[in-house]
Amino acid sequence: MSNEARNGMVLEGLRKTGVTGMFLARLLLACVPAFARPRLIILQIYNAGARSLIIIMLSGLFTGMVLGLQGYQLLQRFGSEEALGAAAAISLLKELGPVLTALLFAGRAGTALTSEIGLMRATDQLTAMAVMAVDPMRYVAAPRFLGGLIAMPLLAAIFSIVGLFGAQLIGVQLMGVDRGVFWSQMQGALGLRDVVEGIVKSLVFGAVLSLIAVNEGYQSQPTAEGVALATTRTVVASSVLTLLLDYVLTAAFL
Amino acid sequence: MVDVRDVHYAVDGRPIFTGLNVRVRRGLITAVMGPSGTGKTTLLRLITGQLFADSGQVLVFGRDIASLSRSEVYAERRRMGMLFQNGALLTDIDVFENVAFPVREHTDLPESVIRKLVLTKLEAVGLRGAAELMPSELSGGMARRVALARAIVMDPEVLLYDEPFAGLDPISLGVILRLIKQMNQALGITSVVVSHDVQELATIADQSYLLSGGAVVASGTPQELARSDSETVHQFMTGSEEGPVRFHYPAPDYASQLLGADEG
Repeated sequence: MSNEARNGMVLEGLRKTGVTGMFLARLLLACVPAFARPRLIILQIYNAGARSLIIIMLSGLFTGMVLGLQGYQLLQRFGSEEALGAAAAISLLKELGPVLTALLFAGRAGTALTSEIGLMRATDQLTAMAVMAVDPMRYVAAPRFLGGLIAMPLLAAIFSIVGLFGAQLIGVQLMGVDRGVFWSQMQGALGLRDVVEGIVKSLVFGAVLSLIAVNEGYQSQPTAEGVALATTRTVVASSVLTLLLDYVLTAAFL
Repeated sequence: MVDVRDVHYAVDGRPIFTGLNVRVRRGLITAVMGPSGTGKTTLLRLITGQLFADSGQVLVFGRDIASLSRSEVYAERRRMGMLFQNGALLTDIDVFENVAFPVREHTDLPESVIRKLVLTKLEAVGLRGAAELMPSELSGGMARRVALARAIVMDPEVLLYDEPFAGLDPISLGVILRLIKQMNQALGITSVVVSHDVQELATIADQSYLLSGGAVVASGTPQELARSDSETVHQFMTGSEEGPVRFHYPAPDYASQLLGADEG
């Protein structure tokens, strides 16, 4: 690669970082007045949250069931299958709940956000709002960002709860782990710190993923191809960042 | 009302305007005509403060729009209405809510007043019966009329029309023409119509500007333009392919490019 091409790429990267940074700053500023219209935020919590419930609950159930099977198989080798409840709870609350919810959120809600905002841009709706003296940052971007931010921890919590039910279903009902032992082991092993770690993770994922989705939609080229590209970028960036941040946050909580 | 003075504007080094002068006088319909790609829409963006000129001034209501703060620009925009080419209706709410949108955002009027206001404006564009429809259920002409109702719901002093006739059937076109005239005469709204439909504009415009190559090449009443002996004006008014405005995008010599393709 020639020097010039490399310099061009570095410059382009810096420019994009700057544009996103500016967008984030404007978005955060717009969040304060956005609370004056709670109806819009509630609508977006419904869009990003309630409408993702079925996919989240199904995924949570099967993840929990797999945990039940795999966990039982593994723990049985060491003769400690009664620790299944604790193992399932810790892996769900700290890792699988927040991370898998975030990945599903990127595919289900993130893409919807990006393509919706991208199409609003392509059809001049954002410009029309701005010309009507209604800041689209405040009316469109901020409520969607806040909606995603609030919905994510709720979804992650539901994922974990349904997952625990799934693990219990397999471990207790199918494999015959004692019900009382399953739940009491879980209670004993699980500390407040583990729950907090899960909540912090999903809050961070919620903020980052909503920002990516809204930003990509806002910056997308106002064409069919541009919106499609932006939607793809949302999923790719969200997935990679979720896993990267998960490592960073896990390390930070050790 | 709007005074564009010696504006220069370029995008990525490509000049759009090189010394543009346009004056919009109160109470008149001003037409801005020109071939596609001469920056007519850009001019509207400059007037509404979405873009700022590289040099020169854009005075709106007597104040330089570039010197205003963000909130002042928003305050100025409340005195303007703009009709977008495709209507730009908000697709997630119905026709009634689209027209009510600026009212709800900018005022605290009670619901009964908003209802009357919106229905009056919808009646003015003949679409009171379509209040419950969603934007996706409207035809192009209807969407534009709803957008017009939305643009006038806050009683603006200036209305900006971006290509209001593009892609309309003759009946819708006639309706839009009549509405523009009506808004101007009945409500006294100063109007700026940007379009390349010369014949239609000629019937309603009080003052016309013809843009080409980044500046105004001719101005006057439509009748004056029609009598002009300038080649550019003549070409545009009669829609001829031959003339100073080139139909072909700049390209290397045709024959040598075709012959060269064999060798390559």
